[in-house]
Amino acid sequence: MEVLDIVLAAPFWVAVLRIATPLLLGTLGVLLCERAGVLNLGIEGIMVAGAFAGWLAVFAGLPLWGGVAVAAVTGAAFGALHAGLTVGLALSQHVSGLGITMLATALSYYGYRVGFPKVDTPPTITPFAEMHGLGLPVLAQQTPLTLLALLLVPLLAWFLDRTPAGLALRMVGENPQAAEGQGVSVGLVRSLAVVAGSALMGVAGSFLTLAAFNAFFFNMVNGRGWICVALVVFASWRPGKALLGALLFAFFDALQLRLQQAGGAALPYQVYLMLPYLLSILALVVVARRASYPQALMKPYRRGER
Amino acid sequence: MTGRLERRPEVSAAALALASLAAVAMTLLVGTVLVLWAGAPVAATYAALFAGGFGSVFAWTETLTRAVPLMFTGLAAAVAFRARLYNIGAEGQLYAGAMAAVALGGLHGGEPLGPPWLLWPAMLLAAALAGALLLLGPAWLKAQAGVDEVVTTLLLNFIVLLGVSALLDGPMKDPTAMGWPQSVALAGELELSRLIEGARLHSGLLLALLLAVALWLLITYTVPGFDIRASGANPRAARFAGVPAGRTLVLVACLSGALAGVGGAVEVAGRTGYVTMDMSPGYGYTGIVIAMLAGQHPLAVVLAAVFVAGVLVGADAMSRVVGVPTYIAEVMVATALIAVLVATLAAQYRWRVDPAGQA
Repeated sequence: MEVLDIVLAAPFWVAVLRIATPLLLGTLGVLLCERAGVLNLGIEGIMVAGAFAGWLAVFAGLPLWGGVAVAAVTGAAFGALHAGLTVGLALSQHVSGLGITMLATALSYYGYRVGFPKVDTPPTITPFAEMHGLGLPVLAQQTPLTLLALLLVPLLAWFLDRTPAGLALRMVGENPQAAEGQGVSVGLVRSLAVVAGSALMGVAGSFLTLAAFNAFFFNMVNGRGWICVALVVFASWRPGKALLGALLFAFFDALQLRLQQAGGAALPYQVYLMLPYLLSILALVVVARRASYPQALMKPYRRGER
Repeated sequence: MTGRLERRPEVSAAALALASLAAVAMTLLVGTVLVLWAGAPVAATYAALFAGGFGSVFAWTETLTRAVPLMFTGLAAAVAFRARLYNIGAEGQLYAGAMAAVALGGLHGGEPLGPPWLLWPAMLLAAALAGALLLLGPAWLKAQAGVDEVVTTLLLNFIVLLGVSALLDGPMKDPTAMGWPQSVALAGELELSRLIEGARLHSGLLLALLLAVALWLLITYTVPGFDIRASGANPRAARFAGVPAGRTLVLVACLSGALAGVGGAVEVAGRTGYVTMDMSPGYGYTGIVIAMLAGQHPLAVVLAAVFVAGVLVGADAMSRVVGVPTYIAEVMVATALIAVLVATLAAQYRWRVDPAGQA
């Protein structure tokens, strides 16, 4: 029972929670945007930009939380651009998002190369320490960013379900005409949701450079953003289920890593690496039939037009 | 002063030309800021970029060589986006086509499988099939289960690239490559001929141009082409007018995937001779930008591909001279995409001031 041995060990669950953290932060970001009716395919690039900007800020001397803040502001800036293009100008949300992913990725890589033209080993920072003082079994081996991500789950659920602002956000994503009738400014609420969601995506990226690793690498986001877009469908746009989805996904990702080490040459290692992506597609297919998309998702809104 | 945007009844050519100029100016402005950030001389950088992309016969051959795969992926994105099938998977489809081509046309123990006149079309067909099949899956899921094709095609790119990597380590590995992960080589007689002595430009360019014209004729003058345009412009009206939605989706998926797949085969037969993991530096994704820059028009895709290829090739050359990182090309291309979209939209609208006294 090799698999059982792996799954019962505490280090395995430490890894699961670590892998789940950026996915959870990113998925919550996508969730905020999509509940307000805006698809944000900029996430992949925004995570790269957040990872780079957060790391650069700490490398330049800011404290770690300062780096997280810089990553959030960077994400928010790209979110503002996406909101301007899709909410303000009603451009295609698909195309704008992809454009932002390309722009944010290329800008980050350019900035890295300008700042560090000839480096063989990437410059490092001292990342977030584990929270050993916490005294809880698996959580004590995590960084504060994981705690932040976990706390955001009930906070966001409360915000969406129990506050007037959350209601307004959901309304502009389900029925913008009705929201307008209630005196809600659809454009403003949607824009704020996209900016806030993108800030979370930036923080998700900064987890990679400030907690999971201690340096910035090219291709380090490696499709995690796209996986978040799939996870939010799997989560039926609910924060609690987003946590479940991120954990489930991280469970299989951690498992494939262990099996890869344990299984040796039984299968090419690439087959194990494929599993997370295959699983995301499978998850989409399984839930797609009964997925209740926000009714106004991908539908631009202009006052007076139907 | 209050007012609102309203759609112009007709978009004038002058407005569109002005919009294009504004987009170019915006792109150059962003490029200038980046060059200044890198601390390089602006004029010299742009001069080196232009010279490297378009400044000599050699530069032109390099630019056109780079433009060939971009034309294929650009056409693939153009036909798909035209019908609102958001195929972001051209990168994977290109690799699948390249692998299929090598699987058929590669040296099997030093001996090709058959005579070139038979192998060459079989190779292109296999590449087209591989690309098309890869897109038919997501298209089927979209039609049957409502699964968003953007995410599935994106995720498939990662799966295909890992699959290619496994094949290059295993069954399709070139045993003579000293452990380097590259595929067996294509049989020599299957390689495309050079168009100009001493340059890398190959006859794949002619195939790309031919397919661009064919696609334009198909979209503009045939019934399936009308179905493609109609289902993209207004899906509900198209269904009402009797456009077969399912059949059109299958056709578009086959066309788009096949174009990207053939692009991979042509890249192998014309430039590399075998498949490596770095054969395509994101041609599939750049193809989407090209299709959008071209307004999804097949003939304009050719021009946009040459322009983007020139910027990419020019940036490589410029980087060697001035030392500004090559990623500036990707930033400028992404900026151009956003600027062109905004500018074309701006050309379609005008600002109307509300009469005084009204809100």
